[in-house]
Amino acid sequence: MHRRRFLAGAVAAGFGSNSARALQKLAPGMTPPAFRRTGFDGKPVDLAAFKGKVLLLDFWASWCAPCVIIIPHFQTWQARWGARGFQVIGISMDDSAAEAKAAASRLGVNYPIVMGDAKLAIAYGGILGLPVEMLVARNGRILSIWHGETPPAVIENAVRASLG
Amino acid sequence: MIRTVWALLLLMAPLLLSGVAAEPAMAATDIIPAAALVQPAELAGELKTAKPTILQVGFSKLYQQAHIPGAIYAGPTNSETGLAVLKAEADKLPRDAAVVIYCGCCPWNRCPNMDAAYTALKAMGFSKLRALYIADNFGQDWVDKGYPVVMGQ
Repeated sequence: MHRRRFLAGAVAAGFGSNSARALQKLAPGMTPPAFRRTGFDGKPVDLAAFKGKVLLLDFWASWCAPCVIIIPHFQTWQARWGARGFQVIGISMDDSAAEAKAAASRLGVNYPIVMGDAKLAIAYGGILGLPVEMLVARNGRILSIWHGETPPAVIENAVRASLG
Repeated sequence: MIRTVWALLLLMAPLLLSGVAAEPAMAATDIIPAAALVQPAELAGELKTAKPTILQVGFSKLYQQAHIPGAIYAGPTNSETGLAVLKAEADKLPRDAAVVIYCGCCPWNRCPNMDAAYTALKAMGFSKLRALYIADNFGQDWVDKGYPVVMGQ
């Protein structure tokens, strides 16, 4: 019910005198914007370095219940399919890195996590609600984008199909 | 045997409780009465004429990306720090001011901010307090609908 996909193209963000510039949304077939940040473990996380893998980008926050509920599934898939070229990358939208790191530690996350910010979020078409998950194929193109509380089986089936 | 089990449970209680408390709340927004809700279309209409004071009580990175024109950042109210920000902003307003709070961080029944913000402002005596009902998130229920928005800081 809460599964949503981004609409293709630009969506006008506003009307009237306070109308804002268009928000350029991402859609399947597009390439996710590059980023290079330091992971919670102190190692660099460069999106370009994962070319050739099936990527699951997870925008999340420690206070977001639907985000936290699904993380154990990501951990399972990372462990199960990592050797086949599957990689989860978490992007925390927490205001506090300390809280995000504490949550990641408590959950025992087994994949890299970086801190996100408004600039990165806008580059990704706006992360205007959590969670947001994005599946990227081995060719570097976006396959699917899910907004909100998505049944894990929906994402799992897409990941499984993309791994071949 | 039973004594041993009870002793173990007592010893483990702080650990178990801390684990439970550490997870985000699973349900929220059961405090705000239906009469205090305002729908997105209704508020968007109001913005063309009367302009209530609008307080965004969610996470700052959401506000920094996009917010309702004129909205003041006052959160996140799931934390004591954020509640203090909200109270400081609200304290500048007359208690009979028309105030609307909103978040949109996640689905309405998962939001960790709205109940706390509503409760705090009610306790401060705000008589014309309303809460913007955002069913799924700010992106889908406000921005994608084409309602007024300011992007960036």
